[in-house]
Order: sequence, then C-alpha cells, then structure tokens
Amino acid sequence: MNDTTKIAIKDLNLYIGKKHILNNINLDIPDKKITVILGPSGCGKTTLLKSMNRLIDLYPEMKVTGSIMIDNEDILHTRRDITKIRKKMGLLSQRPYPLPMNIFNNIAFGLRISGRHNKHALKQRVEHYLKQANLWEEVKDRLRDPASSLSIGQQQRLCLARGLSVDPEIILADEPTSALDPISSMAIEQKFSELKQNYSVILVTHIIQQAQRLADYVVFMYMGEIIEQGPADEIFQNPKNDITRQYLKGAFN
Amino acid sequence: MTDRKIRFIEEAFFRALMFFSTSTIVLLLLLIVLSIIYKGLPSMSVEMLTQTPKGGFYFGNEGGILNAIAGSLYLSVGATVLAFLIGLPVALYMNVHLIKRQKLVNTIRFFLDLLWGVPSIVYGAFGFTIMVFLGLRTSLLAGIITVTLLIIPIMIRAMDETLKVVPRGLLEASYSLGSTQSEISYRIFFRQCFSGMVTAVLLSFGRAIGDAASVLFTAGFTDHIPTSLNQPAATLPLSIFFQLSSPIPEVQNRAYASALVLTVIILIISILVRFFEKRYHKHKIKF
Repeated sequence: MNDTTKIAIKDLNLYIGKKHILNNINLDIPDKKITVILGPSGCGKTTLLKSMNRLIDLYPEMKVTGSIMIDNEDILHTRRDITKIRKKMGLLSQRPYPLPMNIFNNIAFGLRISGRHNKHALKQRVEHYLKQANLWEEVKDRLRDPASSLSIGQQQRLCLARGLSVDPEIILADEPTSALDPISSMAIEQKFSELKQNYSVILVTHIIQQAQRLADYVVFMYMGEIIEQGPADEIFQNPKNDITRQYLKGAFN
Repeated sequence: MTDRKIRFIEEAFFRALMFFSTSTIVLLLLLIVLSIIYKGLPSMSVEMLTQTPKGGFYFGNEGGILNAIAGSLYLSVGATVLAFLIGLPVALYMNVHLIKRQKLVNTIRFFLDLLWGVPSIVYGAFGFTIMVFLGLRTSLLAGIITVTLLIIPIMIRAMDETLKVVPRGLLEASYSLGSTQSEISYRIFFRQCFSGMVTAVLLSFGRAIGDAASVLFTAGFTDHIPTSLNQPAATLPLSIFFQLSSPIPEVQNRAYASALVLTVIILIISILVRFFEKRYHKHKIKF
C-alpha cells in the first residue's frame, strides 16, 4: 500500500448463503483519480461497491471475510461509529432516490445531521453544493418545491449535490447514468472529471465507452472475480486477458 | 370456437363479475347509510346533541346523548393517540432497525394479524380481568387502555404495510449520508409514508369509536359526562344498543339518530385528517 492508495481491499470474499459472490478481491484504489469498475451485469460490481461503505450490513445472509482498509482503518471490522465511515463516502445509485422533502431540505438534511449551522450559513452551503452539481440555475427560484417535481436527470444531480454536502472524500457511483437521457448523462460525466481533483471517484459501469471517457484506473470484473486491473491506457490499448479483450470488443453484448 | 372468441367471452364474463360484485357492495353500504339517515333524521334534534339523558330517557322521556358523544370522543381520541405513540416506534423499528431480521419481522406480523382478528369482547374480558386484579372500577382510563390494546395491532400493521414498500434504494441513500437509524425512521421514512400513517390512524380511530364489546365491562356506562379518568364513561355504540333494545318505537328511532351522529363524527374526522394529509403528500417520492 503506497501513499496514493485511498482504499486497499485485501482477500475480500463475500457469500450470500452458499453463493460465492465476490471471490478473493485484491484491489488498491488510487486517491483523487477515477477508478472504473467495469464488467457485465451480475458480476458483483455493485456488491463490491456496497461493501466499501458497509451497505451490505442491510442484507441478511451476507458473509464477508478479508479486509477493506480506508485511511489505515479496516472498515469491515472497525468498532468506530459506522455512520462516520459512511459519511466519508457519497453514494450515487443507479436511479436517483431524493429524500421526501423539498429541494432545499434535500441538501440541508445532510448538513443538519453532520453539524449545527445557522440559517444564513445553511443557505450558503446549499447554494454552494447545488452549484457544484450544476443544478443551481435551474432550481434557485423553486427551492421549496418537492424534490419529486424535478426530472430524473435533475434528481440525479440533486443526489450528487446531496452526496457532496456531507463533505465526503470518496464518491461511489453505481451506474449513475443508467436511468438518464444522453444530455443528463453527459452532465454527470463532465462533473466526474472535475470532481477527481478533490475526491477519489469509484465508478461502476458496464458501458465501455463511458469507462474509456472517464477512467484513470480500470478494474475488469467477471463472475465475481477481478480478471484484470491497471491504468486505463494499458487495459484499453493492450488487455492481457482473453476475457477482457472479448468484453472490450463487445462480445458480451 | 376460435381462440379469439374464447378470450373475448372470458374478458366479458370477468368484467361482468367484477362489476356485479362492486355494485353489490356499494349498494349495500349505501343502503345502510340511507336507512340510518331515513330513520334517524326525524328523531334528530338539538336536544339530542346538547343534553345528557334525563330521568326516563330510555322510556321515551326527554334528554340527549351528549354523554355518549363526549364519552366516545374522549375514549377513541385517547386510545388513538396512545396507540399511535406506541405503534409508530414499533412499526419503524420493524422496518428500519430489524431490516436484516426478516424472519423475526414476519413472525411479529403474523402475531399482530392474529391479534387483529381476536374479537373485541376478548379484549374487554382481558381488560376486566386486570381491573378486578388491580381492584379498579369501570372508568374512562380502563376503557382507553383496553381500546388501545384493541387497536394497536391495526395501527402497527397498517403503518407496517406502507413502510415495507419503501424502496431499498431510499434506505441505502439515507444511510450513505451518514444518517443514524432514528434519523432515517423519523425524518425520512415517516415523511415518505405520511399518507399511509394517516390511513392507519383513521382505520384505528374508526375501530375505536365503533366498538362496543371492549368497553362494555371496562368503561361502563353512565348518564353523565366524565370529568376525570377515574369516572365511568358512556359510549355511542353502547348507547345505540340500549336504545335499540327498548320496546318503545320512539326510543328505537333515537338509536338511529345516535348512529347518524356516530357516522357523521367519523366523516368529519376523515375529512379533517385527509385535509391535513394533503399538505405533506406532495413530498412523497414516487417510484
């Protein structure tokens, strides 16, 4: 584990009942880069992502062995408050799940639960994060409208702003564009390339072109195993493994 | 016969069946309401609503049912509030904290459904046994507690039904923000399911105000309006029962007027609560 590693996953195995979902995952995720986890549906990408912020806690019958080190702390076996660990990571899921409240409070919620803010500061922070997600101009006159009145693309950007509002270090994105139209997808992708200056971004996708556009580091997964990993150029130009080569050629579609 | 024809007949048959059963039910309910209005309205008077029974009320002398109106409202509002305060944490606990223990949660659901089906006279007898054990007399408090027990399974299960369909994604999104379980319960799930909670409260209130058997032994019956929790309280269903069992037609008609009052109370509460609900409903995220 060197200085630029943000998350170090070692010998991670995950079972649901008797099914082996993740098989011996060893992975160093670099700091302040976009790491793309690429692979066909059902290969365990999402499960791997969810194990990083311990959302797997919510599922019965999931058994995990191995370790996930974030800033020298094994988050799978830590005794520290799990909410503090989750706060380090913003999650963007396959489709947006805004909170059942108005647009302003969707962002303010995260701020309120992570510390006291006076009214003025709260307003400023909300504006800041909405601007970060390129949503401010569209919603500044309707902050009291329910979040459900936004379009899906806007909702996903709202979720991004909400994720940023708790001041995370890592952004976990689980196929964040799969429910979006091309224009909204592009907005999210663009945002990601900006975000990597300040955050470590982990993006799960099955879209090869998206991976090529964004990735600094690529992890290719298949059937619960990491087949190949390395810097984006290496993987895309010169994949060593046969399965990787086939997937990149589009043989799986 | 061709395949298309069979499908057409099948469709027509089931549509007719559904139309028939729906209209039967609606007509029957309408009939009940209309007969209450038809028989009750002529006996309705200001006196009925503003006076307690005078001597010989049940033999056709003057007086009203204010004792039962007040008693029923005290009792059912009290019980609904209590059941809500107890039921909400239970329903949220089942759906947020116990999310990993589905077997346990399903067992709890099973027992609650069982309790839902227990006849209210059993609750009444249970309440009465405890009262005897503690040496208490029939009182408003005993009635409230018994009715609370009666409606708690309804309250919890009705809330539970709306909470359990909250998508996993919303739970995961909330956890990812670093929310604690109680923040998720009371700030997110409660809001998301607000309309379901309102339905749960209405359902419970309806059961509470309409039930006679559970209060028969516990709240008792009196011609006075209770002024403290230690005094017995009259209820509308029992008042209707006593008036209906009178051989005098005039008194029997007053029973229908009392039933009308009961129906109107439920109607007013429903409208009030639905109005209140609309203010929150717009924030619900639709999936």
